[in-house]
Amino acid sequence: MLGYVFRRAAAVVPILLGVSVVCFSFIHLAPGDAISALAGDNASKEVIAQLRQSYGYDQSLPIQYVRWLGMILSGNLGTSIMTGRSVVSEVIPAALHTAILAVAAIALSLAVGIAMGALAASTRRVWLDRLLTGIAILGVSVPHYWVGIVLVAVFSVELGLLPAMGMGPAVSIYDFSWHDAKFIVLPAITLALIPTAIIARTVRATLIDVRKDEFVQTLYSFGLSRRRVAAHIARNAAPAVLAVIGLQIAQLLGGSILVETVFAWPGTGYLLNTAIATRDMPLLQGTILILATFFVLMNFLVDLIQPFFDPRIMRH
Amino acid sequence: MTLVSFHGRVHREMKVGANDAGSSEIATSNSAALQFDVRCADRRSFMKLVLLGAGAYLLPLPKAEAQAGQKVLRMATTLSDIPYLGGQANGGAEGIRFVNFSLYDALVIWDFWQGDRPTKIVPNLAESWSVNDTNKKVWTFKLRRGVKFHDGSEFNAHTVVWNFEKLMKPDVPHYDKRQAAAAGNYTATIDRVEQVDDYTVNIITKSLDGTLVYSMSNIFMSSPAQWEATGRDWDKFVLSPSGTGPWKFASVAPRERVEFVRNASYWNTKRIPKCDRLVLRPISDATTRVSALLSGQVDWIEAPPPDAIPQIKAAGMQVVTKVYPHIWPYMLNHQPDSPFHDVRLRKAANLAIDRGAVVKLVNGIAQPAKGIVVPEHPWFGKPTFDIKYDPDAARKLMADAGFGPRNKAKIKFLMSTAGSGQMQPLSMNELIQEYLQDVGFDVSFETLDWEALRSRRMAGAEASENKGIAGINYSWTIQEPIFALIGQTWHGKNRVAGYNWGLFSDPKADELALKPLAEFDIDKQNALLANLHAYLVDQAMWIFVVHDLNPRGLSKRVEGFVSAQNWYQDFSPIDLKS
Repeated sequence: MLGYVFRRAAAVVPILLGVSVVCFSFIHLAPGDAISALAGDNASKEVIAQLRQSYGYDQSLPIQYVRWLGMILSGNLGTSIMTGRSVVSEVIPAALHTAILAVAAIALSLAVGIAMGALAASTRRVWLDRLLTGIAILGVSVPHYWVGIVLVAVFSVELGLLPAMGMGPAVSIYDFSWHDAKFIVLPAITLALIPTAIIARTVRATLIDVRKDEFVQTLYSFGLSRRRVAAHIARNAAPAVLAVIGLQIAQLLGGSILVETVFAWPGTGYLLNTAIATRDMPLLQGTILILATFFVLMNFLVDLIQPFFDPRIMRH
Repeated sequence: MTLVSFHGRVHREMKVGANDAGSSEIATSNSAALQFDVRCADRRSFMKLVLLGAGAYLLPLPKAEAQAGQKVLRMATTLSDIPYLGGQANGGAEGIRFVNFSLYDALVIWDFWQGDRPTKIVPNLAESWSVNDTNKKVWTFKLRRGVKFHDGSEFNAHTVVWNFEKLMKPDVPHYDKRQAAAAGNYTATIDRVEQVDDYTVNIITKSLDGTLVYSMSNIFMSSPAQWEATGRDWDKFVLSPSGTGPWKFASVAPRERVEFVRNASYWNTKRIPKCDRLVLRPISDATTRVSALLSGQVDWIEAPPPDAIPQIKAAGMQVVTKVYPHIWPYMLNHQPDSPFHDVRLRKAANLAIDRGAVVKLVNGIAQPAKGIVVPEHPWFGKPTFDIKYDPDAARKLMADAGFGPRNKAKIKFLMSTAGSGQMQPLSMNELIQEYLQDVGFDVSFETLDWEALRSRRMAGAEASENKGIAGINYSWTIQEPIFALIGQTWHGKNRVAGYNWGLFSDPKADELALKPLAEFDIDKQNALLANLHAYLVDQAMWIFVVHDLNPRGLSKRVEGFVSAQNWYQDFSPIDLKS
C-alpha cells in the first residue's frame, strides 16, 4: 500500500510542474496586458515602461517564469495588480464561496444522479429507462448557463420566488446564514445539471455491465437474496463510479466561470472571469495554479480511495 | 419560512448597527429576537423554535428595514469587481462615477443638477480659481474652509499638496503607483503644486494649459490623517477609506458589494444624500443585471442591453437615457500607405452610413453623430461638411478617387466583441460593413476582446501589430478638451501616447489646437475649440457614427434622479418611494 501511495504521489510532482508551465505561458501568449489595463487611456510610454518594470514585466519570459516559480515555492503567490491584495487573500474567500455552491451541487447531483442511474439500470420498464437516459443526455447537452438564465426568468423574474443573483446579504462566508440558503437554489441546480447527467449515465452503464458478470450468476446460484446480490454489484461497480464522481467533484469545486458569472456568485469562476478581463496576470496564474493543484490532488485522493473497493488496482 | 427570512433581516440590521453608530438603537430594539439568532450551525435550536411555534410569535414584527426607516439604494454596475477605493478609482468612468464621486471630492465639479444642456465646471472644494496675469502657468485655487474628512480631520492646503504628491512624487512614502497610473492623464501637464497659505494652493503647469481646470475635476482628495491611522499603507487604507464626499464608506466584499452610508454632515448641505445607504454591486453579465432589476434585487442598473429595454418598460420600470460626451467612431489611419490618407475616401465613408438604421438597430438608444461632439455643444462650431446618409455622393467621391464596384477600396478595421462604451459592436459593425460595401469599400474586420483592442489603440497605427489596419472602432470620451479634440490633432514629437491613434497630421489643425491651451477665458476657449472641431469635421478625421444615450434601468421606487449630460452623475438627490 505504501509503495502504491508513493508511486502515485511521485506522479503528482511532474504534473504540477507541467501545469505551472502551461498556465504561465498560455496567459502570456494572450494579447494585451495588465499594465495597459492599469495605466488608463492615455498613459505616456514612460509611465507604462516604469510600471512594467516595477512589476518585473520588462524581463524575458523564461526569467519571469523562474522568478514566479521561486516565489510560489516559497509560498508566495504574488499580488493582484488590480486590487493590490495578495493573490492568496483573493483566492481563498472565492474558493470558499465556490465550495458552498459546489457542496450543494454535489449533494444534489449525487442523490439525483445515483438514483436516476440505478433506477434506469434496474427497471424492467423500457420506457422509464429511455426517459431517464433521455433526461441524462439532455442534461449534458444543454448549455448550463442557458438553463440558469431560463431558471432565473421563471423563478425570479416571473414568479418572484427565488433571488436572481448573488450570495445573499452575507458579506463573507463567515456570516453565511440559513436565510441565504435560498440564494443557492438556482445556481446549485444549474451547476448540478451536467454532473447529475454524467453520474446517472455512468451508474446505469456500470451497473448493467457488472450485472452481466459471471459472479452475479454464481451468487444467485448460492441462493443469495436480491438485496444481498445488489450489495455485491454495488461494491463492484463502485470504483468506476467513484472515479467519475471524483472528477466531477473536482470540477465543481474548481468553480464554473459561466454559472458564477450568470448568477454573480463571487467564487473562483467569477474571480477568473474578472482576472481575464483585466489581464491581472498574477491573480490569473495564481488562481489557475491553485485550482489545477486542487484538481490533481483530488484525483490523487480518488486513487487512494479506489483500492479499498478494488485491491487489484494497487498492482497496476 | 417566516422564521428563516426574519433571521436574514436581523443579520442585515446587525451590519447596519456595526457600520453606522446612528442606528445602534435598531439593533437593540430587536435584542430579544436576537437571542433566537440561530446562525448557520445551530440546527437544534432552529428546530426547537419551529416546534415552539415561534414562527407565529415572530410574525407580527414589522419588516426590519421599514422599522428602521432605512432607505437603501441598491445599484448594479457593469464592472466585474469593486473599483479601487483609495481615491483614484480604476474601472474606467464607471469606477469614477460610483466610487470617486461618492466617497471623495475634487477641487472642482461638473454641474450635474440639470440635464438640459452640456455640463460645465463649477466650484467644489475650491471656492474659486484664477490664473496669474504675468505667468499664465500659475493657477491659484482658493479652498473652502470648514470641510472635514470622514475621519474628522480637516481639509486644507496641506492636504491638497499631499494628494498631488501621492500621484506625482514616487519618492514620498504616500506615493501610490496605482492611483498615479489612474490619474496619469490629469497630472500630465502639471509641473508642481505649492501651498501658499492654509487655504490657498498654486498649481504650476509645464506649459500653457488653459484646460487645467477640467483635469482638476478628476483629482480626488483622500485623507492624509486616515492614511496615517491605517499604518501608512494604501492597501489598508482601502479597507477603511476616508474622503470628504457625500457618502461614507461602510463595508466591502471583493467582487460582491461595497456599501456606503450617508454623510449627514456633508459640507455641501444641498448634496446630502436622500437615501441612508448605497449598496453597489458589480454584475458584469448584462442579462443578470436585468434579472436582478426585474426581480427587485436591485433598484438601479447601468447599461441594460437594448433588447431588454422593452421588457423593463413593460414591467412598469423606468429607462432613463440622455446624450453624454461619448462618440462611437472609427478612428482612421492617416499614414501615407492607408486608403484613408485620401480625404475623399474619409468623406465617402462618412456619407455611406445610414445612421438612422444604426440607431434603430440598438432600439433607439443612440443619436446620429454630426461630428465628434453633438451640434448643441459649445465646441461644435460651424463645420461645412454635413455628415449625413448620401450614398450617391459617397459613390461619386469614391469614383473620383479611382474606386468603384469593380475596384473596391480594401480596408480592414479593428473592433472588439464588447467593452466600455462600445455599445453592441458586433451587430453595429456588421450593419456598417454593408453600407460601406455598398459604395465601393471592401471591408474586413479583426475582432479582439476589449483589453486587447485597448492595447492595440495605445500602440498607435504605426506599430507593427497594426500594420494594414485602416481604422479602429473605439468609443471615446469627449468630456474634456484635450481628450476630445486637442489630443487628437497632436502628432510628431508632441503626440501623447494613446492620443491620435491614426497619426492625423495637419498644420492648420495644429495651429487651431494650440490656441485653446493659451486661452484662459472659458467662453473664448469654447469658441476656439469650436473652430478646431469644425475643421476636424471638415477634414473627416474619423468616421463619426453615433453617440450613445447611456441607458439606465430604474425601479419604480427610484425618484429624484437628474440625468446630467456627463459621464458622471450625482446620486445624492435620489430618493426611494416607500
